[in-house]
Amino acid sequence: MLVLGALMFCSGLFVVLTKKNTIMVLIGIELMLNAANLNLVTFSRFDPQALQGQVFSLFVITVAAAEAAVALAIVVKVYKYFKTSDLDRVKSMKG
Amino acid sequence: MELETILFYFFAALTGCSVLFVAITKNILYAAFALILTFIGVAGLFVFLGAEFIAITQILVYVGGILILLVFGVMFTQRLKGQRVQTGRYQLLLGFLTASGLLGLLIQTIHKGSFSQLPWVDQEHTQQVELSSFGLSLMTDYVLAFEVIGILLLLALIGAVRVAGNARKEGADAA
Repeated sequence: MLVLGALMFCSGLFVVLTKKNTIMVLIGIELMLNAANLNLVTFSRFDPQALQGQVFSLFVITVAAAEAAVALAIVVKVYKYFKTSDLDRVKSMKG
Repeated sequence: MELETILFYFFAALTGCSVLFVAITKNILYAAFALILTFIGVAGLFVFLGAEFIAITQILVYVGGILILLVFGVMFTQRLKGQRVQTGRYQLLLGFLTASGLLGLLIQTIHKGSFSQLPWVDQEHTQQVELSSFGLSLMTDYVLAFEVIGILLLLALIGAVRVAGNARKEGADAA
């Protein structure tokens, strides 16, 4: 189970690092959050107080939903401004 | 083998394969649909881990909400004129090295930790969480975090609507 969580996390990291499109980067972030959830619930099964891991993963799901909504709003706005969702071509804020 | 074990490995394999597909594919829409499979597989694993409520929430929020948002995002930001919705990639070797290195490190650590031998991990007496006790503890022990997360979600959604909203209306608001 933990190995599966590690595999999910690393695939998410790979997607975040290598893809150019903004939406693919978001997909990678969702994968990483979900892998963290899987680990939390796995350990919560053996927790004598039983519920901490599950409650925490519920909160993680909520934060992930909020994050996805805000990030997609920003993506749509950036697309309207730059006419692209390619991360390499959004560089007017480059130092 | 019992049916339960077979189902467990089925869900695990479903999750693993679709995750790898997301990492490999170039097509954004295919990646989004493989992500649906991943989330459903993880929800099945949650059921086996005794977290039914989390499993239902996972399907509702991720499959019903976030995936729809992602597909809408694809529709808004790509010009769909018959060509495939593809993503370029870069730093392929470096990213692969980082990810696979971290994966090897994590797996090694997990095996070295040998969690199944820990004293508090008792395979026989796993906790069986009832839904009612979950709800009770959510509204008693964790009520502050629960309310704060509700306010956070409300603020984030209002902010998202405001950011993505129509520019014409924003001018009217400011005036």
